[in-house]
Amino acid sequence: MSHPAPVWPQARLHVVTGKGGTGKTTAAAALALALAADGRRTLLVEVEGRQGLAQLFDTPPLPYQERRIAVAPDGGEVRALAVDPEEALLEYLEMFYGLKRAGRALRRMGAVDFATTIAPGMRDVLLTGKVKEAVTRVEQGHRVYDAVVLDAPPTGRIVRFLNVTAEVAGLARVGPIKAQSEGVMAVLRSTQTAVHVVTLLEEMPVQESVDAIAELRACGLPVGAVLVNMTRPPRLPEPALLAAAAGTVDAGELAAGLAAAGLAASLAGPLAAETVEHAQRWALEDENRAAVAALGLLTYELPFLSEPVDLGGLYALAERLREQGVGAQA
Amino acid sequence: MTERVSRSGAPRSGPARSGGAARAGQARGGGAAARRGQGELDLDEVALDPKTRIIVCCGSGGVGKTTTAAALALRAAEQGRKVVVLTIDPARRLAQSMGLTELDNTPRRVDTGDSGDETGAADKGGELHAMMLDMKRTFDEIVSAHATPDRAEQIFANPFYQSLSSSFAGTQEYMAMEKLGQLRARDEWDLIVVDTPPSRSALDFLDAPQRLGRFLDGRMLRLLLAPARAGGRAYLKVVGASFGLFTRILTKIIGTDALRDLSSFVGALETMFGGFRERAQQTYQLLSTPGTAFLVVAAPEPDALREASYFVERLSEQGMPLAGLVLNRVRRSLAPELSAGRAEVAAAALDEQGGHATTAAVLRLHAERMTLATRDRRMRDRFTSAHPDVAVAEVPALPEDVHDLDGLRAVGRALSGERPTAP
Repeated sequence: MSHPAPVWPQARLHVVTGKGGTGKTTAAAALALALAADGRRTLLVEVEGRQGLAQLFDTPPLPYQERRIAVAPDGGEVRALAVDPEEALLEYLEMFYGLKRAGRALRRMGAVDFATTIAPGMRDVLLTGKVKEAVTRVEQGHRVYDAVVLDAPPTGRIVRFLNVTAEVAGLARVGPIKAQSEGVMAVLRSTQTAVHVVTLLEEMPVQESVDAIAELRACGLPVGAVLVNMTRPPRLPEPALLAAAAGTVDAGELAAGLAAAGLAASLAGPLAAETVEHAQRWALEDENRAAVAALGLLTYELPFLSEPVDLGGLYALAERLREQGVGAQA
Repeated sequence: MTERVSRSGAPRSGPARSGGAARAGQARGGGAAARRGQGELDLDEVALDPKTRIIVCCGSGGVGKTTTAAALALRAAEQGRKVVVLTIDPARRLAQSMGLTELDNTPRRVDTGDSGDETGAADKGGELHAMMLDMKRTFDEIVSAHATPDRAEQIFANPFYQSLSSSFAGTQEYMAMEKLGQLRARDEWDLIVVDTPPSRSALDFLDAPQRLGRFLDGRMLRLLLAPARAGGRAYLKVVGASFGLFTRILTKIIGTDALRDLSSFVGALETMFGGFRERAQQTYQLLSTPGTAFLVVAAPEPDALREASYFVERLSEQGMPLAGLVLNRVRRSLAPELSAGRAEVAAAALDEQGGHATTAAVLRLHAERMTLATRDRRMRDRFTSAHPDVAVAEVPALPEDVHDLDGLRAVGRALSGERPTAP
């Protein structure tokens, strides 16, 4: 198979999308932690007003301000930011036009809410514009962030969200908004950016990932890796697994084994049924794994955690990403 | 054999026993049916009740709303009701799960074929129709209905209209409401089942009409229209200073052309203003009548249940009729009498003895499954202790995705509390 070389080793902006329920916020957070290793600094950004990061890291709701949210094992740090379109607009007005008080007046009048409701494309420009600003920010001759990880909208909306120039082209044919959207687009389409797709080894998430990747490519947006979330190793040796997937469990062995363990013989039936279900699920996952592999993208697996993800779980996931080469210095 | 897990251990009461009366109780949230059976929700009592005309499935993305809506609709159709299911889904999942290749903005009859038993749709006179919301087309239809042809053309050509009508935020929710109102007005179906948009927040669906109303009522709109209104001197005097500021900034940022487009779009919208608000309010009213049942859909995950909690609270605040919670993908063990701990110990003992590696692996597999089943139960219990009046229907995790009618029927059986048939 011939595939374009992976674009994302040079990436500094990592956009993480995925179907709802695939764990994209968790994957984004683990990626930000993995990329912060070796004393680096990353920024983890959310844009949908859900405060998903605060919940994940168990902190109070994030303000519109970059705050340290976690420390990476060898001195790195992850900062987090919840971008709010109103705040982003006010900041924009202040930064580029010196309109601080006027901006506040506009907000009191409801103008900001109005503008972002009537032209959702403009809201997206404000959100992605803030992300771009963080990616390119320089202080004392150095990049402030080694990497920025964006917990982006789900696969169904990702292309529209990122394709900002198309969204505002009709609205603002000239002027600063157009220039702003073009600046954002230039970063998004460059090798500085990689859009990663989170999936599960289930049919619909894989299908949506395949569709989203095709759409992203059609728009010239650089696709990075596929992050396969919640993977589980098979629990049986391969021959037994294959037999169970076909519906057969060695009843003699199970009966003897249960007897040897001093367990009731009546457990054999339900345990065999559980084993068949496990094997069938494994077989389906294997098919989906093949479909993911056929995309020809870098693929990283994140293990299923039997407890709801907390900070400890995030470190474990980040470590698994590191083991697979994420964040290795070029 | 699969054991249906019952928290109380009490036998389940039979389906549809107290039909209409139970519904009337549920309509105000936490009524008789919700408490009956220690919180088990039987959706047959909701979906088969002739008084139920609308079921709204809401919840966060990825929890199986579309599948739930389709399964309920199919089951009601196969029990003799004439049902339409409205889905709002760019990924066309319903189309996949119902074996349809095309869903457009009009309801199409679904060939439910032979259901494999005597309860086939045809036998009981039911019908299933399905449609997928085309947001832009729905918006266009409203414009055409409320504006003169010339005016409508102007609106269609306006870039702000194009942006607003094809964007996802808010518009989709509003258009879903609009379409629901239209379907209800046609009065061709006994039951309309609605799948809500994959919003960033489950609450967007409820808020959309109000937000649109606020938007259309807003000061901004009047400010933008102000120059067009001759004689509004007193008004202009009041808002004058801020208005000047507003246009100055807007011109600076988006340019004069865009400002003109915006102004004319807003002017055009105003002609349809009353119609919009009236319809949004009508649909909202419709949703709060007892003929409507809201179903909150979730998976046993913290995020999904948190959203479900918000939704339950909002529905009750607004007096919306909540039927209960559907908890999808609940993991269960087939041998709950063997605890995870005992299974682990037995597996370790076998390892020591040697010679029973497969049985040891099977026992570890079971231990893992018990752990997950316990975790899911704990998630449900947490929700239930916060919302004791909300009845819950559990759908067990299936080894495979639902993508055909038989899969939907199996989900439908779980929703009605029927014991799953043995594999």
